[in-house]
Amino acid sequence: MALYSEKVMDHFMNPRNVGSIENASGVGEVGNAKCGDIMKIYLQIENDIIVDVKFETFGCGSAIASSSMATEMILGKSIHEAMALTNKAVAEALDGLPAHKMHCSVLAEEAIKNALKDYFDKNHIPYDPADFPELDHDELHEAVHGED
Amino acid sequence: MHVYADNAATTRVSKTALDAMLPYFTEIYGNPSSLHSVGQEAKEALENARERIAGHLGCQPREIYFTSGGTESDNMAIRTAAALGARKGKRHIISTAFEHHAVLHTLKKLEKEGFEVTLLSVKDDHNITADQVRAALREDTCLVTCMFANNEIGSVLPVREIGAVCKEAGVIFHTDAVQAVGHLPIHVKDDNIDMLSLSGHKFHGPRGVGVLYIRRGIAPANLIEGGGQERGKRPGTENLPGIMGMAAALDDAIANMDAHTAHVTALRDKLIAGLSKIPHCVLNGDPVDRLPGNVSFCFEGIEGESLLLLLDAKGICASSGSACTSGSLDPSHVLLAIGRPHEIAHGSLRLSLCADNTDEEIDHILAVVPQVVEYLRKMSPVWKDLEAGKRQYITP
Repeated sequence: MALYSEKVMDHFMNPRNVGSIENASGVGEVGNAKCGDIMKIYLQIENDIIVDVKFETFGCGSAIASSSMATEMILGKSIHEAMALTNKAVAEALDGLPAHKMHCSVLAEEAIKNALKDYFDKNHIPYDPADFPELDHDELHEAVHGED
Repeated sequence: MHVYADNAATTRVSKTALDAMLPYFTEIYGNPSSLHSVGQEAKEALENARERIAGHLGCQPREIYFTSGGTESDNMAIRTAAALGARKGKRHIISTAFEHHAVLHTLKKLEKEGFEVTLLSVKDDHNITADQVRAALREDTCLVTCMFANNEIGSVLPVREIGAVCKEAGVIFHTDAVQAVGHLPIHVKDDNIDMLSLSGHKFHGPRGVGVLYIRRGIAPANLIEGGGQERGKRPGTENLPGIMGMAAALDDAIANMDAHTAHVTALRDKLIAGLSKIPHCVLNGDPVDRLPGNVSFCFEGIEGESLLLLLDAKGICASSGSACTSGSLDPSHVLLAIGRPHEIAHGSLRLSLCADNTDEEIDHILAVVPQVVEYLRKMSPVWKDLEAGKRQYITP
């Protein structure tokens, strides 16, 4: 399959960490229907360590693969390490994504950040709001695909 | 099991078509414009193909122009009518919202050149009526261009009635019949068609070759300039192997149309009945006036590309209206035009059948698609919200 790398296809066909966590420490959902991707990440955090992570994704092959890879990259890591996860790292770990699919890795990074923010908010843990910039999806859509 | 169910995208070249092409690569390889015997033999073959195709369409051979395919034919037809219109100060064109991009993008370009375009709504019945065309006609209308049948959702338009309305009003009528030729009975005179586009690879002929029929009396506008081929209107050395393959494929398609239609329609109806049992899905396109081989559904809560990839892994080649596959993330303009909201338009599946498909293949599709839809729904937050009542179902 030339559309995606073998790694992407592996994570798409056999996605890791699919599902949800009841009473999760933090939940993050990003994306919108216009783009056709919605990602939801559930984190279970104990002593600043991500002891469990699950995802649910509505989206294309690379959206599902990006979610799967991103969850694998933060499982067992500290919340600080998870905060440092970038979309580029996710895409690189998947041996690259087609240019018009980079958007999917951005969603994965955002979904994790969103879930962490939810955890901070719930537990009244102070954070720098600059770490969680509000991304406008229409703008993102246009930045990735151009107008029209 | 391997099932090819993407015949609206392209078809397998038939053995008849291939056999008809091969001599024109290595034996009768002359240029039809050459005066020597090999050239003249090629010229004879070219004119023979033209006559046969004209016969199938119900027109004169001199009304047939060979092109590189459907896109070029559509461009040339629209440019032809626009040029004639502009000369008379008529700069209004009527079309539909679910045309192929070969038509829509040409019209968009004409808008920038000062033309006005009315796109008829296809929200009702996923089709248009001749009355809609009549109501949109203006004094300055120079062209009505409506596809014969829609490539994504299979709706067959009331072409003969639309043509009659145009004839009565004295307006040129073009139809993009790329999905219809070889699959539906067409007779350009009886159907009141002034210009018709067709493409060889949609009926088991080769790609890279097509036809534009232009009624005598309409002066064709060149898209490119060059030599005297196609009476100077479509210059460039003729793609003779392609033309011979296309003519042979069309001979076959016309000769076997009744049998093929009966077989393919039965498969289609079985597929539609079976897939309709999947909860929260909806059939796209006209349920009655429909291409024999077209099946198009939207499934709630899932996205089309992941559906296609999983079907491919199970040996089923299908396609999706979701443009995710083609690079842009906007869903198909056709599905949006028939009123499908973005959320559900992303979850589309098109299966397009041909006479080679078998009953066993349909059984395989009917076994696999429900499984794959369920699997994707299980990991979809959208589906979860639908089930929890946090989102409203769009389909019954």
